[in-house]
Amino acid sequence: MAAMAVSLASAMSNVSLGAPSCSGLRIASSSTPSVSLALPSTGYKRVQGLPYLSIRCARVGGVEVPNAKRIEISLQYIHGIGKTTARQILLDVELENKHTRDLSEEELTKLRDEVSKYMIEGDLRRFNTLAIKRLKDIQCYRGKRHIMGLPCRGQHTKCNARTRRGKKVTVAGKKKAPGK
Amino acid sequence: MTRSIWKGPFVDTCLFKQKKIRWRIWSRRSCILPQFVGCYAQIYNGKGFVGLKITEEMVGHKFGEFASTRKTSSLGKRALPSKTKIKPIKKVR
Repeated sequence: MAAMAVSLASAMSNVSLGAPSCSGLRIASSSTPSVSLALPSTGYKRVQGLPYLSIRCARVGGVEVPNAKRIEISLQYIHGIGKTTARQILLDVELENKHTRDLSEEELTKLRDEVSKYMIEGDLRRFNTLAIKRLKDIQCYRGKRHIMGLPCRGQHTKCNARTRRGKKVTVAGKKKAPGK
Repeated sequence: MTRSIWKGPFVDTCLFKQKKIRWRIWSRRSCILPQFVGCYAQIYNGKGFVGLKITEEMVGHKFGEFASTRKTSSLGKRALPSKTKIKPIKKVR
């Protein structure tokens, strides 16, 4: 369990690559420590007691960002950052679009500072819900539509509008159109 | 399409002349200005007048947004929950 804790702590930040202790990758589990094979370092630190399991994630903006993808894509896992913002962040930090696992600690801290300038995750969600709540409170047309769960931008609701109205519910005893 | 900002909010001139007692508004397209806050307005919805106390949060919205021109459909009544109460099931030990 101690090893687990250490690995989790290291998960908070990128561990420096090519550490001397993990240059050789063990294939067998920890019960048979004698068998070892010298493989080229893959960049993933092996977790003791948990063979073939790597817990290593970069944390940006309070969210774990996937390691195996390029930073432009993995930034988009943060709520509130899309394609345009991710590109803008990379331009501002002047970072190359590397894989996330290849980023150094300095570059990550730079990224974190840049990301913190935007409204993301919980703050953004709270901002949105408050804006909707204000509309509901003053009972304007849009607020009423929000309360009713109907689209509030003037779409038709005779048919469709299923995104807001949810799944179809059949009404029992509804008459069919005459002449059939 | 939204109104461009440089034009400023649109308000009908008749709204400035009206007395503030029993203030009836036909101009639903007009914007609510900060100086209207605290007034009690009656907004025309095509048939009658809907009362509205203007608060600070309503500034920037149109008068028409607060008086619906539609009747609520009768289908909505069917969806209301029934008034008969269901007794909670007692725990048997």
